[in-house]
Amino acid sequence: MTYSKRLNDRKMDELRPIEAKVGVIERADGSAMFKIGNTWAYASVYGPRNLYPKFMQDPQSGILRVNYNMMPFSGSGERVRPGANRRAKEISMVSEKALLPVLDLKEFPNSVVDVFIELPQTEAGSRCAGICAASMALADAGLNMKDLVAAVSVGRVDDKLLVDLDYSEEAYEDGPVADIPIAMMPQSGKITLLQMDGEVTKEDLRKAIGMGKEACGRIYEVMKKALKEKYEVQ
Amino acid sequence: MGKLLIQDKEIVVPGEIIAEGMDHLPGQGTYREGDKIIAGRLGLANVEGRAVKLIALSGRYIPKRNDTIICQVIDVGFSGWRVETNSAYSAMLSVKDATSEFIRRGADITHYFNVGDYLVAKITNVTSQKLIDISTKGPGLRKLHGGRIIQVNCNKVPRIIGKAGSMVSMIKNATGCRITVGQNGLVWLEGEPKSEYIAIEAIRKIEQEAHLSGLTDRVKAFLEEKTGKKVEPGVEEPELR
Repeated sequence: MTYSKRLNDRKMDELRPIEAKVGVIERADGSAMFKIGNTWAYASVYGPRNLYPKFMQDPQSGILRVNYNMMPFSGSGERVRPGANRRAKEISMVSEKALLPVLDLKEFPNSVVDVFIELPQTEAGSRCAGICAASMALADAGLNMKDLVAAVSVGRVDDKLLVDLDYSEEAYEDGPVADIPIAMMPQSGKITLLQMDGEVTKEDLRKAIGMGKEACGRIYEVMKKALKEKYEVQ
Repeated sequence: MGKLLIQDKEIVVPGEIIAEGMDHLPGQGTYREGDKIIAGRLGLANVEGRAVKLIALSGRYIPKRNDTIICQVIDVGFSGWRVETNSAYSAMLSVKDATSEFIRRGADITHYFNVGDYLVAKITNVTSQKLIDISTKGPGLRKLHGGRIIQVNCNKVPRIIGKAGSMVSMIKNATGCRITVGQNGLVWLEGEPKSEYIAIEAIRKIEQEAHLSGLTDRVKAFLEEKTGKKVEPGVEEPELR
């Protein structure tokens, strides 16, 4: 059996329904929410603020610190054991590297900008949702950024190329699957995150990235609208 | 011919193209790439002739020279105090900038300011590494006794103060409170508990509606309703207080 139709009746390049809102956490310096299907991400930004221990300080520029966390009952199966684990640490690190190219923290030597990404519920694509929420929250915090960062996962399920895989597609058993999270700067089209789990051919990867870029453009429009909505004159 | 792609007073997001062609000049918060001017942060676009700049709407306080701020003493050293400035950096107040009195070497300087005290101070210097020096010598600069401190968005402080202090003086007259607004987003108020509360409500209202025009009239109506008295429009004060 080939994978001819997506289980949730989406088109091959169709995203799950997206909802984005900025300024959801009052006490944070910047915050945003990004929901894509059943994956929800909240990001809050604190800082620039004092950085200790002192050896972590960089006298040339401020540093960015991202923390990705899945809440205990956010998975679709078992309870997620709370706290840092290998996976969360890795995703925190790649998210940080995906966001850093747009940020300019030269104005804040020796300081830190903390980003906390919390996921109350997830169904695949959580790092992408987290990066989208974090980039909106950083913009909301009034930091100098040359662009936003939009992220989406693309992939191959059996012989089809898809955009924004959900869990049922990621876990498809009757054929080979590749899951490729992409983050990019939508204005310049530069890619800041590219990971892959699974197997694809070179041509399919090229095509998949092309589809991802196009989808990121659509996500960017949603993010832009959410940011403007918070500040627009009522 | 260059083209402006946004309206004046429009909200722009990072990476948004503001103008094309070389006819416009990139101002604060924007940068040029090729022949495009691009937003370098989230802000309100302000077109002035050929120059386009962005006015910040959010973000923490960035210390600047000659700003009057409200800060809290967090540590006492041999020859001065370390104070918290509601920004990413703490500031240093040395004894010689604190008072014109003679202080003997090794004297107990907690007698002047102690840990936890709030001060109104002026920033005298900021280095590239963001080492900040402040002074409490000058008109209006002092230690604060009593009252309460509230935190506001530091980007809205100019609106709270108003043109030459007209907005804050209107609140002072209407509520009878003493108010000091720090550029760093801390506001000190002292008065009757009830009027303090009205003053805080008025400041919150200004903070929320800072981007709308006709704010003075609305705040005036708000204060008249709350205090039940006729409110005189604020006089322009020469010095921010």
